[in-house]
Amino acid sequence: MDVLRGSFLTLAAAALLALPAAAQTSITVASTTSTEQSGLFGHLLPAFKVATGIEVKVVALGTGQALDVARRGDADVVFVHDQAAEEKFVADGYGVKRTPVMYNDFVIVGPADDPAKAAGKDTLEALRKIAAAKAPFVSRGDKSGTHAAELRYWQQAGLDLAAIRSDWYREIGQGMGPALNASSAANAYVLTDRATWLAFRNRGQLRILVEGDVRLFNQYGVILVDPKRHPHVKTEAGQRFIDWLVSPAGQKTIADYKIGGEQLFFPNGPKG
Amino acid sequence: MLETFAEAARLLLVLDPAVAGIATMSLRVSVAASAIGCAIGIPVGALVAIARFPGRAVVVVVLNALMGLPAVVVGLVVYLALSRSGPLGHLGLLFTPGAMIVAQTVLVTPLVAALTRQIVEDADGELGEQLRAMGLSTLQRARTLVFDVRFSLAVAVLAAFGRAIAEVGAVLVVGGNIAGHTRTMTTAISLETQKGDLPLALALGFVLLAIVIVVNAAAAALRSHAARRYG
Repeated sequence: MDVLRGSFLTLAAAALLALPAAAQTSITVASTTSTEQSGLFGHLLPAFKVATGIEVKVVALGTGQALDVARRGDADVVFVHDQAAEEKFVADGYGVKRTPVMYNDFVIVGPADDPAKAAGKDTLEALRKIAAAKAPFVSRGDKSGTHAAELRYWQQAGLDLAAIRSDWYREIGQGMGPALNASSAANAYVLTDRATWLAFRNRGQLRILVEGDVRLFNQYGVILVDPKRHPHVKTEAGQRFIDWLVSPAGQKTIADYKIGGEQLFFPNGPKG
Repeated sequence: MLETFAEAARLLLVLDPAVAGIATMSLRVSVAASAIGCAIGIPVGALVAIARFPGRAVVVVVLNALMGLPAVVVGLVVYLALSRSGPLGHLGLLFTPGAMIVAQTVLVTPLVAALTRQIVEDADGELGEQLRAMGLSTLQRARTLVFDVRFSLAVAVLAAFGRAIAEVGAVLVVGGNIAGHTRTMTTAISLETQKGDLPLALALGFVLLAIVIVVNAAAAALRSHAARRYG
C-alpha cells in the first residue's frame, strides 16, 4: 500500500464522518446541571421543538461556567440561577436582558439520624449547628449558583468559613449529582436544589432536613447573549426560545414536570 | 454492589433505543479520530524510526511521553482553540461531533506515532541493511518497512481506538455532552453516575465494554484472515 495515498484517502473518509448530520435551525443553550440532571430539559425541549421546529442543544454546567461559556460566545442563550452573576453578565454587555422564568428551592439534606441536630426550618441556624458539631458537610466548590447560595448562607449565618473550616468541610469542585453522591457515601450534609434531589437515585441514608425557609428560594433566569458582542449569535431563534419559556404554553409545560407526583419547578415569568 | 449488578443486567435487556444512538456517536467519533490519527501517526512514526536527523532522540522521548497526554488537558486546549473567542472560533466547531473528533485525534496521533516508531525501528534493525544496500531513499524504505510490519501495526490502530473510545475528559469538554447530539457512551456513563443512577451507568459501561470487545475480535479475525491470505 502506498502509505501517503492511503493516508490521504483515510483523511478524506474521516472528513466525511465529521460532517454534520443535517442542517436545521438549532441553538446552543448553556445551562445548569440542576435543569439537566433533574430531567426538566428532557421534558421541556421536545415540546418547544414541536411548537417551533427549533432544536435546542443544552450544555449543562455550573452557573459560573455556563456564564463563562456564553461570555466567550459559545452559546446563544444562558439559562441559569444566580441573580447577582446574571445581572453582572448583562451589565458587562454580554447579555441583552435577563428574564425571570421559574423558581424552585434549595434544601439541606443530611444523614437521617442528624448528628448535628440541624433539622428544622431555619437555614442559618442549621449551618451554625453543623459547624459547631464539625459534622461532615459537602460543598460544590465549583462557582455554581448553588455554591454561590451556600457561601451566601454561611456569611448570613455570621460564620467566617475561611476561619472555621477544617476536615469536616469538603469542597469537591463538581456538579450537584457528584456532591450528592459524595454526601451519600460519607453521610454528610449538603445544600442541594430540590429538583436534583428528587431526581437523584443513590440516596443512601440521606433525607431532607431543612426546607421551607424563604431564604432557600432559588430563582432561574434566561438571557440572550448579546449579538453586538458576538455577531454569530442566533438572535431570532434564541429570542423565540426565551419568548416561549415565558409564554403561557411554556410556563404550563414547566409546571407540568413532576417526579413522583411532586412538581419540581414553579413558573414565575413576567406576565403578558 | 450485587444488587447494582443485577439491576444493570436487567436494564441491558430493556435498554432505551437512545442508547443505540449514543453508541453510534461514540463509534463514529472514535473511528474517525483513530483513522485520522493513523493517517498522520503511521507515516510520522515510520519516518522518525528510520530517518537520522539532529534531535531525533529528543523527538522519540517527546513522542513516548505524549502517549500519556491527559485527555482533559487536550480537551481544554482544543476547547480554547475552537471557542468563538479562540483562533479557530469562526469554524463554529465547538460542541459538535467535529470538535470531539479533533480532540481525540490530538489525543491518539502521538500514541500511533510512538508505537509505529518502535515497531518500524525493530523491523529496520532486521531489514534496514538490505534496503539501504538496494539504494532506496528514506521515504521508500519507510514505505517498504510499514508494508512489511502492517499486521503488527494493527496493535497501534487498536490502541488508538481503545484510547479514543474509552476517554471522557476530552469529549466532555469540547462536545458538551449534549443529548442526541454530542453524547457518547463515556459522557452518558458520567452523567448517569452524577445523577446517582448507578445501575444504568453500569449497564452502559457493559455496553461500551461489549463494543470494544467486538471491535477487537473483528480486528483479530481480519488480521488472521489477511495474514493467511497475503502474509
